[in-house]
Amino acid sequence: MSDISDRVKKIVIEHLGVEADKVTENASFIDDLGADSLDTVELVMAFEEEFGVEIPDDAAETIQTVGDAIRFLESHSTKA
Amino acid sequence: MFDLTGKSALVTGASGGIGEAVAVALHAQGATVALSGTRREKLDEVAGRIGSRVHVLPCDLKDRAQVAALVGQAEAAMGQLDILVNNAGITKDNLFMRMKDDEWDDVIAVNLTSSFILCRAALRNMMKKRYGRIVNIASISGVIGNPGQGNYAASKAGLVGMTKSLAREVASRNITANCIAPGFIETPMTHALNEKQTEAIAATIPAGVFGKPEDIAAAVVFLASGEARYITGETLHINGGMIMV
Repeated sequence: MSDISDRVKKIVIEHLGVEADKVTENASFIDDLGADSLDTVELVMAFEEEFGVEIPDDAAETIQTVGDAIRFLESHSTKA
Repeated sequence: MFDLTGKSALVTGASGGIGEAVAVALHAQGATVALSGTRREKLDEVAGRIGSRVHVLPCDLKDRAQVAALVGQAEAAMGQLDILVNNAGITKDNLFMRMKDDEWDDVIAVNLTSSFILCRAALRNMMKKRYGRIVNIASISGVIGNPGQGNYAASKAGLVGMTKSLAREVASRNITANCIAPGFIETPMTHALNEKQTEAIAATIPAGVFGKPEDIAAAVVFLASGEARYITGETLHINGGMIMV
């Protein structure tokens, strides 16, 4: 489980270029990590690739925080 | 300047006058090209003339499933897609009051909707690579209107607005999206005009003559090049001075 969390955080850190200590489970991509809406689309694409899972648009819209992403991927990932 | 070595381009409508010239010009600058169109034989002919670094991908742009698959096919054939040229266009001219719903729908589907679907599909990998060049071929009709072309002009004006919105969205990712609006160019599309119409139109063109497909192709090469990185959301008017906007 923590493996998924680490991989999600790594993607977020790399993509948004933010400090690792800011990437907490409660951190909102847009409000706390400075992402714009296009960044969130790219993050979802990166998660899809890393975890071999398709994230439908309606699910993607509910992924607002790092924790949202981890929880979604923990329950849907095939390459975990 | 304008070296496209190592780049891959998909050109729709490559069996038509402008599309063929665009494919030939991109290839001459070093790009690998994928030719799309409905007429397989014509595409094979063009590919034969180009010779190397060329792929043929027939696609009926009225068929959404085929359109949705096209970018993936191009990426599979060429390994990547750096340049997308939405050139395909059809006309189904009719006076406004006589225009049938299907004449409207077909022209919008091929000229506008397919371009949207292809741009959307191409963006996925362009975003990842942080590089892309999209060139949409609009028309002078979409800028100043043309009697009998309510559908065609709407589709081409639609491309301009779509391209500007897209350009704003992805500019920060080193992806540019621009339009070229040809005036009257010597192609099968304008060969449909009779002699009297042709003369009357030529009289309104400061340059005095119709343009050639190569005039459009040169501009596509420019906008598709690395050198044009700071131009996005623009419409380049190529019309011998017919309109100056």
